[in-house]
Amino acid sequence: MDKKYGAFICTGCGIGDTLDIGALSGVVSGEMKMSCKTHEFLCGAEGRALIEKDINEEGVNSVVIGACSPRVMQDEFNFGGDKISVRANLREQVVWAKAEDAKADFVLELASDNMRMACAQIKKTELPEPYQLETVNKKILVVGGGVAGLTAAVEAAQTGYDVTIVEKSDALGGFAKQWRKQLPSRAPWTDLETPVVGSLLKSVEASDKITVKTGTEVARIAGAPGAFEVTFKPAGTSGEWDAPAKVGVDEQDKIDKGLMEDPNKEFRKYTDKNSDAEGFGSVILATGWNPADVSEYAHLGYGQFKNVVTNVEFEQLAAKGKIARPSDGKPVESVAFVQSPGGAEHDKDFPYCNSVTSLVALKQARYVREDNANAKAYILYQHMRTPGNMELFYKAAQNDDGVFLTKANVMQVTEESDGSLSVAVENTLLNENMNINVDMVVLAAGMVPTTKDAPIINLAYRQGPAFLDLDIFDGHADSHFICFPYETRRTGIYACGGVRKSMTVEETMDDATGAALKAIQCLESVDRGVAVHPRSGDKSYPEFFFQRCTQCKRCTEECPFGALDDDEKGTPLPNPTRCRRCGTCMGACPERIIGFKNYNVDMIGSMVKAIEVPDDDEEKLRILALVCENDAYPALDMAGMRRLGLNNLVRVIPVRCLGSVNMVWIKDAMSAGMDGAILLGCKYGDDYQCHFVKGSEIANKRMDNIGETLKSLGLETARVATRQIAISDYDKVPEIINEFVESIVAMGPNPFKGF
Amino acid sequence: MTDERSTPGTGGILVVGGGISGLTTAVEAAEVGNDVFLVERNPYMGGRVAQLNQYFPKLCPPTCGLEINFKRVKNNRKIRMYTMTEVQSISGAPGSYQVTLVSKPRYVNNNCTGCNACVDACPEQRDNAFNFDMDKTKAIYKAHDMAFPMKYVIDMPACTKCGKCKDACKYDAVDLDMESKTFTLDVASIVWATGWNPYDATKMDNLKFGQSNAIITNMMMERLAAPNGPTGGKILRPGDNKEPGSFAFVQCAGSRDENHLEYCSYICCMATMKQITYIRERYPTAKIYVFYIDLRTPGKYEKFREKLMADANTVFIKGKVANITPEADGGVTVVAENAMTGEKIQQKVDLAILATGMAPALKLQGASLGVQLDSNGFVMSDTAKGIIAAGCAKKAADVVTCGQNSTAAALKAIQATRR
Repeated sequence: MDKKYGAFICTGCGIGDTLDIGALSGVVSGEMKMSCKTHEFLCGAEGRALIEKDINEEGVNSVVIGACSPRVMQDEFNFGGDKISVRANLREQVVWAKAEDAKADFVLELASDNMRMACAQIKKTELPEPYQLETVNKKILVVGGGVAGLTAAVEAAQTGYDVTIVEKSDALGGFAKQWRKQLPSRAPWTDLETPVVGSLLKSVEASDKITVKTGTEVARIAGAPGAFEVTFKPAGTSGEWDAPAKVGVDEQDKIDKGLMEDPNKEFRKYTDKNSDAEGFGSVILATGWNPADVSEYAHLGYGQFKNVVTNVEFEQLAAKGKIARPSDGKPVESVAFVQSPGGAEHDKDFPYCNSVTSLVALKQARYVREDNANAKAYILYQHMRTPGNMELFYKAAQNDDGVFLTKANVMQVTEESDGSLSVAVENTLLNENMNINVDMVVLAAGMVPTTKDAPIINLAYRQGPAFLDLDIFDGHADSHFICFPYETRRTGIYACGGVRKSMTVEETMDDATGAALKAIQCLESVDRGVAVHPRSGDKSYPEFFFQRCTQCKRCTEECPFGALDDDEKGTPLPNPTRCRRCGTCMGACPERIIGFKNYNVDMIGSMVKAIEVPDDDEEKLRILALVCENDAYPALDMAGMRRLGLNNLVRVIPVRCLGSVNMVWIKDAMSAGMDGAILLGCKYGDDYQCHFVKGSEIANKRMDNIGETLKSLGLETARVATRQIAISDYDKVPEIINEFVESIVAMGPNPFKGF
Repeated sequence: MTDERSTPGTGGILVVGGGISGLTTAVEAAEVGNDVFLVERNPYMGGRVAQLNQYFPKLCPPTCGLEINFKRVKNNRKIRMYTMTEVQSISGAPGSYQVTLVSKPRYVNNNCTGCNACVDACPEQRDNAFNFDMDKTKAIYKAHDMAFPMKYVIDMPACTKCGKCKDACKYDAVDLDMESKTFTLDVASIVWATGWNPYDATKMDNLKFGQSNAIITNMMMERLAAPNGPTGGKILRPGDNKEPGSFAFVQCAGSRDENHLEYCSYICCMATMKQITYIRERYPTAKIYVFYIDLRTPGKYEKFREKLMADANTVFIKGKVANITPEADGGVTVVAENAMTGEKIQQKVDLAILATGMAPALKLQGASLGVQLDSNGFVMSDTAKGIIAAGCAKKAADVVTCGQNSTAAALKAIQATRR
């Protein structure tokens, strides 16, 4: 679009009292050559009318607003989707952030630079146009036909979407089909229920929107949200369309040199198109769990004594009819349920239990009592985990005289000559050690997610077939986002049920319904050409200037979401609907050929260059701060709101994610004579807070490397730094910045200043 | 976000409650493309989680998640948001409910820029409910640093209408004569995301809450540890500002107790574990005693517990607290029986923290609105009618579980609009 600029400075909220507005607007109208008007209440009706008048009468379509933080007054300064609006933060981060002893010229210079940067920014900003696929496939693929998969399918179909369920075994239903009863899912939370799987199967059968493929597995999923191409195969078989294993750059090099065997030589290339593949728009992963192997706990006798079984095996016995002892078919009169394997060593549950196995033990104790009114059930626990309303179910068991519940260290299970078992327990609530004689022992085996040892989702992606770094979550297909539990590192693929966490049927059904919503939301977002979480609704997407690509593969390797594939030569093949718009690819690219319409290397570079760097005043050092807009930037705003005083030698540029920071900006700053640069971003590591999972971690690595570059230029590596800032660190951030600035002051000005 | 000035249509989704669950339901539904009305009783969005210092187990700030949800609300024109608003009555039938709502006066209009001049001018004070009355704000106040919307509000019972704030405001944003507004929305479904209140600790006579400054609740502990709390993040005993040398956590204060809350409140064990890390950060060698029935730290929370239990100065005692006695020196003695040994324990500490549970916020009002509640006051969904429960209005749960079930609630609400 042909841009016509107009700048407006608000003098309210203390801005006009602190700053020489004449001088400030002079910077805009003089240096930056933009018409500049001021108003004492720009966000008010009269102020907005001033802007709208210029829009309507002068044809202004690109507006620079020098006022409060871009985090507030969005509606007030939104002049429609066809207008560009850029904000310069003069309030929270200049006049409110001013230290008490700040000198007026320092503060004005900061404000002037913020206006210069906003003017430079708007000149390099274009209106984004949504990325639209030619056709959006709105069918949903559900992988796994247990309670989670069935629920997701039924819920998506009920909302009006076509669904295909693919199930590896010969029938739908999963584990739940082998159950006698299920845990209570509603008030009064005391009664066992008929497993819901029966009615779910009926709903699936009755729906004309659901297609079922049993005995079938996903060989590979290629493509991207709105246009996934899925190859199916008979379960348990292997074929040329199986998803290739991940081969990194170094490994490929070895393969090419004949130093390593190609693990994928049997398979078609991950970019090959299968004309027999079926199209889908989004995927729900509901492949569930496997019962944990408990044979390692030798003292508990599993695998040694026939009458020691797992909870899953016991459930299968109970579903067949009256519970009989496996060794001789004797009707069971007493059962011990062992919840924790640690004996006297520790009080943890079996691995992968969550709170499910405590509940299952209570349920199965009830079977024992139902089958035989004189039978006894012993539940030997360290901590009964019956959260929420499930406490009422626990209470019901406590009220049954035939159910004995005690905290206990289970030391040893031995077999008696009559086939019964003796369970040696210590440290019980009865404060004594005893041997309990029972017909059977049931071990509370956990639920191991199917993603623990296999890729399962089988993506034909450059970054390999599996979700990444699941070891942080013990193999669960989880994201570790407390607030956003469905987000994974593979856009358009949403996990639910046991593959995500050990959970009960009640929780699984909620979880699957939520996953169905996310799958639908992804389809609708792709249809509108906008991003999904966390930049939901963003119309911009990265564009590549391929003529200058050197095939360095950094973007394909670093994208946290695996959005980029590549061709034979290594040129990236973008998949915009997989992209979350963090800009990590843009930060990675040494050739600077990746950018968004409204966020690109040139834009931030121009902002950096717009900063005025005095070369004759040793007090007026200039420090660039590239600041994550999600957490660190709001922390700076709040430091301002609390009048904590921010160092006015620092020039702040918000970035989408530290991952998007291109090191050329640091070089730009240093070669412009700025004296230091600091990156403020989110915490990384296992408890990462980065909204794009890897961005801040990647930025930190890049900064290590740029240190080397600085050294080669004869600059101290300590002139650049990265700090992890949480949004709640507003009380600490002024000091963190000050410390850095002081270290730069101690080093003295950039020796290249003025060159 | 579209503000109150726009005209509501029909077929939308009403989400009652603007805490993490209501926000989640609202943004998730709106990002599919549905019209959403989001109403919140408080002058700010964010609900209970806005009061938390950190989330377990990552020990990350809840405001991080709120910030991004607020951003999603601001960027989405499908969401209409109303603060200080409550449901008064509901009529109509499935597919088309007429919901009458009342917005209380904020006494501050949309001209407010958030500049704080009114607060500087105000001579009156009020107890700060956001900090559980542990400090004061002016009668005109902003609920907290990250309040969204970022607008001030007047607590009228504390206001003398002296007019000083009005004079101080350059933007004519103060309107002392503002009146409450009643309006009606036509919606296809209603999501109850009304959340929870901390169980009233004064109901447990034996725990003596209110009789000693050394007895606080776990939610008060969150505010004490928060950098924007009444003590700037220092954990000090209310009243005398003593740095406590010893702490006792009283688990199941109300929960798992048929005389109070018969269910388990789900979060209190992990909340205590988390609060132990708050204490450790500030007092590396303070003695900490945890009195519990079971430690409900399942699944991935076990790692967190394991780390804390390795600390020699933190003692875990299986035993329910029978009594707390205030002592002359300002501390308290916690009395319990060790369930394993039968030994009676009397532990003197400087500060006792009651791990109070969750009481569903709609319990009292629900019936009069025709909402089906279970015997404990949790909302029971009737999805066929488009009435859906989300978050802790549905059951006691942690934030992750609320995220799941309020995302699920969004889909059930959307289904009701497509019938």
